[in-house]
Amino acid sequence: MTINKITKDGTMTAEISGRVDTTTSPALENELKESFDKCKNMVLDFANVEYISSAGLRVLLSAHKTMSKKGGMKLINVSEDIMEIFEVTGFSEILDIE
Amino acid sequence: MKELKTEALKENLPEVIAFLDEQLEAADCPMKLQMKLDIAVEEIFVNIANYAYPDGTGTVVMQVEMLSDPPTVEITFIDSGVPYDPLAKPDPDITLSANERQIGGLGIFMVKKSMDDMKYQYLDGKNILTLIKRLVIT
Repeated sequence: MTINKITKDGTMTAEISGRVDTTTSPALENELKESFDKCKNMVLDFANVEYISSAGLRVLLSAHKTMSKKGGMKLINVSEDIMEIFEVTGFSEILDIE
Repeated sequence: MKELKTEALKENLPEVIAFLDEQLEAADCPMKLQMKLDIAVEEIFVNIANYAYPDGTGTVVMQVEMLSDPPTVEITFIDSGVPYDPLAKPDPDITLSANERQIGGLGIFMVKKSMDDMKYQYLDGKNILTLIKRLVIT
């Protein structure tokens, strides 16, 4: 997994690529945590996310909760396969997915 | 049937997934199903790594069996840890709001939802859990 972060006008956009699993989720969590105080809105670009397990969902839920106290967190470019996982777990109802 | 024996440690997850993918690729498993099977195996393996051996560590055996008629994969996990039947666990309430959501149990729930069948038995001091998935996209 790789993360490329760009912050502009209070919005941090993170382009995430690869597998968000038990092994890589702690790195994603750290990267997002580091940006919580530095931005108002968060956009997670999921275009190149190939895989997400419950460890990754846990990080998304926690980031969503933190950011909802501010501007919010949005996911963009979610693939069909990843969307299916969000739907099965009810995350499609919780997360702001565009 | 192919078998991998490894220590039940989260650090060994990449080895476990690589072993599974090797079998699935040899069987021409569609990518979409490979992702579902990888997730299921990750959830089960990590669960065993986290909870089976509270006083230390132990081994886990993963067996991958390919059946041909109909094309099906059966993945069995065997550990000698504390008895634990993941099928007996109640499903999480996925209709709750973000603040009410309990994150525990989500992994097993994902496995239940994505597999065609699951079987559990506790035999001779061992947890034996089998995941069954037909290798066709429905």
